[in-house]
Amino acid sequence: MTREEIIQPGNLVYQKPELMNDVQMHYCPGCSHGVVHKLVAEVIAEMGMEDKTIGVSPVGCAVFAYRYLDIDWEEAAHGRAPALATACKRLWPDHLVFTYQGDGDLGCIGLAETVHALNRGENITIIFINNAIYGMTGGQMAPTTLMGMKTATCPFGRDPELHGYPLKITEMAAQLEGTAYVTRQSVQSVAAIRKCKKAIRHAFENSMNGKGSNLIEVVSTCNSGWKMSPVKANKWMEEHMFDYYNIGDLKDSEAKH
Amino acid sequence: MGKMKGAVVVDENRCKGCSLCVVACPTHSLALATGEVNHKGYAFCKQVDLDACTGCTSCAMVCPDGCITVYRKKEE
Repeated sequence: MTREEIIQPGNLVYQKPELMNDVQMHYCPGCSHGVVHKLVAEVIAEMGMEDKTIGVSPVGCAVFAYRYLDIDWEEAAHGRAPALATACKRLWPDHLVFTYQGDGDLGCIGLAETVHALNRGENITIIFINNAIYGMTGGQMAPTTLMGMKTATCPFGRDPELHGYPLKITEMAAQLEGTAYVTRQSVQSVAAIRKCKKAIRHAFENSMNGKGSNLIEVVSTCNSGWKMSPVKANKWMEEHMFDYYNIGDLKDSEAKH
Repeated sequence: MGKMKGAVVVDENRCKGCSLCVVACPTHSLALATGEVNHKGYAFCKQVDLDACTGCTSCAMVCPDGCITVYRKKEE
């Protein structure tokens, strides 16, 4: 069988999601953002919500998310994405509303908005990319930076006496009455990507069924900020991040017992 | 049972040469180009072993930039 015989429209098994625009993404090579963007695009298309989805993009690396996915977007002020999503969902209850935020946007400046939106049980989904560093501004310490991890603003490693402890936001969210589904996922391997896609689908369905607010933390890499190759960054994440940020569902009020 | 044969088409100008697909491929069919780069200067990914690919789509799934299209056909 020749290569030309295999490359036929009928044999197509995987391509870039249709909702993803052809414009080149500005992310660094190997950045986890691209994989999560693809998953969001695939889930929205599978749910048939292409014309009824509103995303809220953050301030941070994902600030240009509105250029990459062909859905409706709002651009929030720094950290205020959950507040904006609350407004969108209350005005258009038949729309799928989600925010896409990083650890600096959600865990630092936007922590109050995030916790209150989750606690109110707004029917939105918050996708939280946790790469333990401020990627866009040049690799400064974030609230989720691990103990001993070196960044531009803690060059000798994060010291709890000076900087406090890494914030486990997802564990906090699981304690709130308003949340329906709280989970922590990752996208470093094919198996992890499949699980993350399932989690996004479950959260989106919850928010459309009025079950409450949903938080999906995706433990991610920032190979530029960590100063590693993409492959090494994935390994480093598996070895160091998962010990502190345990992967799995923390709360699922819809789980079948 | 017929064997599955796959083919990978890479959007070479979109690829940033992160090599995550090279590591993810179970049949070691992919490699970064040597001696040539795309218009942004990245050594892009290429299917080097045309026979081994089974069309499992692992490479395409881990690709952060959606550069990879996969085709699969059952061998007669």
